[in-house]
Amino acid sequence: MKQGMNILLVGVGGQGTILASKILSHVALAQGFDVKMSEIHGMAQRGGSVVTQVRIAEKVYGPIIEPGEADVLVAFEKLEAYRWAHMLKPGGTLIINDQKIEPLPVLIGTATYPETIFDDIQQRVEKVTIVPALEIATGLGNAKASNVVLMGVLAASMDIPRQCWDEALEAKVPARFLELNQKAFQAGYDYISCS
Amino acid sequence: MKTLLTGNEAIARGAYEYGVTVAAAYPGTPSTEILENIAKYPEIYSQWSPNEKVAMEVGIGASIAGARSLVAMKHVGVNVAADPLFTAAYTGVRGGLILVSADDPGMHSSQNEQDNRFYAPFAKIPMLEPSDSQEAKDMVKTALEISENFDTPVLLRITTRIAHSQSLVELTEPQERSVKPYKKDAKKYVMIPAHGRTRRVFIEERDKQLAAYSESSDLNRIEMADPSFGVITSGIAYQYVREAFPQASILRIGMTHPIPAKKILDFAASVDVLFVVEELEPYLENQIKALGVSVIGKDILPPYGELSVSLVKAKILAALGANVETAEEGTSEGTTAGEATGIAESAAASDCDCGDAIKPFEAPVRPPVMCPGCPHRGLFYVLKDLRLVVSGDIGCYTLGTMPPLEAMDTCVCMGASVSGALGMEKANPALKGRLVAVIGDSTFLHSGITGLMDIVYNGGTSTVIILDNSITAMTGHQHNPSTGQTLMGQEAPAVDMVALVKALGVKRVVEVDPLDVDKVKQVVKAEVAAEEPSVIITRRPCALIVKNTEKPLQVEGCKGCKACIRLGCPALSFDRATRKAVVNSALCTGCGVCARVCMFDALRKGDE
Repeated sequence: MKQGMNILLVGVGGQGTILASKILSHVALAQGFDVKMSEIHGMAQRGGSVVTQVRIAEKVYGPIIEPGEADVLVAFEKLEAYRWAHMLKPGGTLIINDQKIEPLPVLIGTATYPETIFDDIQQRVEKVTIVPALEIATGLGNAKASNVVLMGVLAASMDIPRQCWDEALEAKVPARFLELNQKAFQAGYDYISCS
Repeated sequence: MKTLLTGNEAIARGAYEYGVTVAAAYPGTPSTEILENIAKYPEIYSQWSPNEKVAMEVGIGASIAGARSLVAMKHVGVNVAADPLFTAAYTGVRGGLILVSADDPGMHSSQNEQDNRFYAPFAKIPMLEPSDSQEAKDMVKTALEISENFDTPVLLRITTRIAHSQSLVELTEPQERSVKPYKKDAKKYVMIPAHGRTRRVFIEERDKQLAAYSESSDLNRIEMADPSFGVITSGIAYQYVREAFPQASILRIGMTHPIPAKKILDFAASVDVLFVVEELEPYLENQIKALGVSVIGKDILPPYGELSVSLVKAKILAALGANVETAEEGTSEGTTAGEATGIAESAAASDCDCGDAIKPFEAPVRPPVMCPGCPHRGLFYVLKDLRLVVSGDIGCYTLGTMPPLEAMDTCVCMGASVSGALGMEKANPALKGRLVAVIGDSTFLHSGITGLMDIVYNGGTSTVIILDNSITAMTGHQHNPSTGQTLMGQEAPAVDMVALVKALGVKRVVEVDPLDVDKVKQVVKAEVAAEEPSVIITRRPCALIVKNTEKPLQVEGCKGCKACIRLGCPALSFDRATRKAVVNSALCTGCGVCARVCMFDALRKGDE
């Protein structure tokens, strides 16, 4: 990676966007970049929409990524991909976890979960990768590792030596979960080439 | 070594590195993590106080006793702490004393977006504002030095984007921690009128000395580049301006009270057009205008919400464009106008790839909700069912105002549910007998006790429901005086809620499990009807702090009446095709509230 990137991680409270952003920041710092990372705490744990922003450049000023400025959007949930797609630059990359978590207005019947999310998005966004990260992680024995599966997919799309990612995993993942997360990362890393 | 830290972590690190020995706070977003991180350093005594006023007073006492002290709170917390703060400005300090105010422009997690910068000139204390995490840490050091050198508390003001954004911070070894020897000095620390009058004069002299310091301090820094326009800015807004205009001349004000008047005049004289870019109120702008300087600020930028790079860029470019037109009409400033046009054009050119921007989709909102198994849900279902007027308060249970429960009529500030209910029943007899106040355990201890005392004392009959979930939940599960544990992890005596409210004179006190909806309904009906003050304590720990051992519910024989759906539980949905309720067994905690509201016995525990 020669130049910086703006990477937006979006999902639902509790999906592990924060660990993912920590791994990403670690990698960027190791590459000698300046990094700013921003997230809004508070009610996130209560099932709300969460957004974590990672800005990587030679020198980063503002911590916030604005609409149309994200190079990569990693959506941990389908509806969140829909909600934040416009944050991408024209030509930006969208990685979507094929998982549906219905928000309360849908559950109580006052709103409808869009049925055509992937089709709609593919009409407006060129580079879309849909990943069954939850399925892959569950297959590996722990659904919670789907965040790291998505990091593997992101890593495969970025021009950064693989070794840097492995080091970041070791630095940021608690030892007792490391093996599982290494497998999850590998599955994500291999996903595009295998599918 | 450099590491990524949030502004809050950096302030905690600063407290550790620069000799703070006492720290106190009441949790409140976006300030909470300051004390949570200070608590990781056992060298510092740290504590949660029952409210911000108490935290401030602990800090003042620690300072008078000789310790470097730090007190942290969210912006509205400073209102609570204002009383001791304003007089601590008179007493001054012995050990350095910092008050961190974490403001919330855009109201991400707050009931208002008041601009706490005004507290500094109001209380007559100096104020520093960092623009990133490194500065947040460095300013802890500077603030402690200013505090001790000028004998004053110092306001360190941050906003959500500083508090919760991570940027690189250079860590250094902590300096030696020491406490100055105590010496009685009644003329300085006993604020009776005679002493106060002397200190009042001292404050004016101190203010002048601080103004001179501000003038020469490199906290206020001129970054001179293109002279065609200049920007005065502070805090996070500095980052937005620098990103929007890499070549702009900037006066970055890090000490925003007192402001460096001469530096501002010099800077204004060295640029052709002057802007001030600040979030919220025209705090700097009004002071700059009072210096007789012509400056563009809130004419083009909103006095509410957050700023952004694109907003700052667009508004300044538009204003420069308009300025160019005016100048060309007047012809006397042709060169200036030309240069400004050049900047406007090159800045605009860098932005021209926006033609094929991705249009936003219309997505249903995903609001925060009460968690599956939340003990508040059953209570709010009952309050809605009984159509009571609900005087609300601040906490997770404020979510009870959202659909489908929608069982809350008011929410103003910490503690207002209780005293507000008394005002309502006294004002409007029609509300008597159908009015309850709801307040969490931590909020009740913060500022609900005095309100309940008022109900008893002044012959109110309101029913106060204390939602005791054994934790301060909304801000991320902090301990409080009723949980039996301190911030530093020690066991502590737990407030006996029943004994407390009885001691206030409440005779009717009932405890009930909020998951037992029928019992809750029966109790609420009885207490609301009672012609005297009453307290109901709904007792059940937050679903996020207890290990769940219940099995998820199963649906059998659902008639499709949707009664359970009206609980607003994220683990329940309605399948339109089959017209039956569906339980998401991955989310369901088996709390069973839905089973209790089902009239057809269609929801059952997994093992029944």
